[in-house]
Amino acid sequence: MDNQDTSDHQASDARPVLEGPDIARVLTRIAHEIVERAKGADDVVLLGIPTRGVFLAQRLAVKLEEITDRRIPVGSLDITMYRDDLRMHPPRALARTEIPGDGIDGRLVVLVDDVLFSGRTIRAALDALNDIGRPRAVQLAVLVDRGHRELPIRADYVGKNLPTSLRETVKVQLAEEDGRDTVLLGVKQT
Amino acid sequence: MQRHLISAADLTRDDAVLILDTAEEMARVADRPIKKLPTLRGRTIVNLFFEDSTRTRISFEAAEKRLSADVINFTAKGSSVSKGESLKDTAQTLEAMGVDAVVIRHGASGAPYRLATSGWIDAAVINAGDGTHQHPTQALLDAFTMRRRLVGRDAGIGQDLAGKRITIVGDILHSRVARSNVDLLHILGAQVTLVAPPTLVPVGIETWPCEVAYDLDSTLAKSDAVMMLRVQRERMNAAFFPTEREYSRRYGLDGDRMARMPEHAIVMHPGPMVRGMEITAEVADSDRCTVVEQVANGVSIRMAVLYLLLGGNEPAVSHTRIEEK
Repeated sequence: MDNQDTSDHQASDARPVLEGPDIARVLTRIAHEIVERAKGADDVVLLGIPTRGVFLAQRLAVKLEEITDRRIPVGSLDITMYRDDLRMHPPRALARTEIPGDGIDGRLVVLVDDVLFSGRTIRAALDALNDIGRPRAVQLAVLVDRGHRELPIRADYVGKNLPTSLRETVKVQLAEEDGRDTVLLGVKQT
Repeated sequence: MQRHLISAADLTRDDAVLILDTAEEMARVADRPIKKLPTLRGRTIVNLFFEDSTRTRISFEAAEKRLSADVINFTAKGSSVSKGESLKDTAQTLEAMGVDAVVIRHGASGAPYRLATSGWIDAAVINAGDGTHQHPTQALLDAFTMRRRLVGRDAGIGQDLAGKRITIVGDILHSRVARSNVDLLHILGAQVTLVAPPTLVPVGIETWPCEVAYDLDSTLAKSDAVMMLRVQRERMNAAFFPTEREYSRRYGLDGDRMARMPEHAIVMHPGPMVRGMEITAEVADSDRCTVVEQVANGVSIRMAVLYLLLGGNEPAVSHTRIEEK
């Protein structure tokens, strides 16, 4: 969840780049890509990164179940304790880590997040996974890739590539948390 | 910048709930095969114990190690303190070694406060029990245990203990556990009744935010939790009650008394228990007794406190009272 840069975001000057139906379509496409690449998604476990990654993971699980007719385990992975910038801010309240009952050992874990930015969140998530088990492989699905990577990390499944400048902000709103589905592109208030 | 936990009374309701919620997440780490987080890597914490307490020290030590901090254990016995070194000198030695936090247990009430406010040391100070004054992490772990049992493990997130009725029984006079619990439970919205022989009730108790009763039987039926305190033989330097047998008969918790509590009510004890004195073996071993849970919860609470005070560049817990002074 690389969206700390969006906290000062103001809705007034932000323009939507993805609306509700686009987000649903994008998730359907990602679900199909997962099934294709994982050859049936037999051993897939979806882990969302709180807060919005978890909702996206849950939506993806529903779509995967429709395609494969099988129940897909879904959980959440809070990476707060593994962040490399912990000492630069006051400690954040912890979110929920919920690993599906069968664990992640030997499974294909698909991490799900809303925005891929510096890549540091995903780095922390990989560390957190290390402490929980040993997946067969780890893949990454994001709704928006806005660029500006600081680490050699890339997503396997991208909803929308959104070339941005560092002066811009990307804010994802989802019905479960914000009452509506949209991705907003704005300009950072200085 | 103040970053200490000296007294349960320093916490606001929101701080206390944040600590309990954080502890709930920390408790999940204990269920994992690898019970370790990198959060406090590179930080040094000293457990400064001027008074013996194996239970509290290993609880803090487990919490510190699970968060990957470097831990130094210091016991006064056999150290320069027994040669007459003062608290100030000890503090300055630790400061020179670049310690990030000091967990202090001291026989004198107020020693942690002095350490935190005197300017001898920059480190965070966490009170692990001072004299008859405070033991805030004990109160937090008790509140955590109550919230889990009385409100629910998941349902409890974000909740306080509003409306719960808690009875604390025994040696209130010498008990920092009772003091800390009264403060914290009041902050969390619970109603506390203290039950003790009149000789073991401290002067000035009317200013505490709780009720006082002298008869245990009349309070049992309306208690959601009954916390038995240890009769501290080592502090019984005067005739506070005639005989141990009489104390047991009037203030001890046995099977009959437990049967008079509501069905959902729990029995708590900060440990160590004196079986046969304040609590019978039958009660201590029953499913309603949370002593062992309290020990496990202690590690989660201490991890939460250490994370919130030391995890970032400034503490997430506000300390209005200290900052005013």
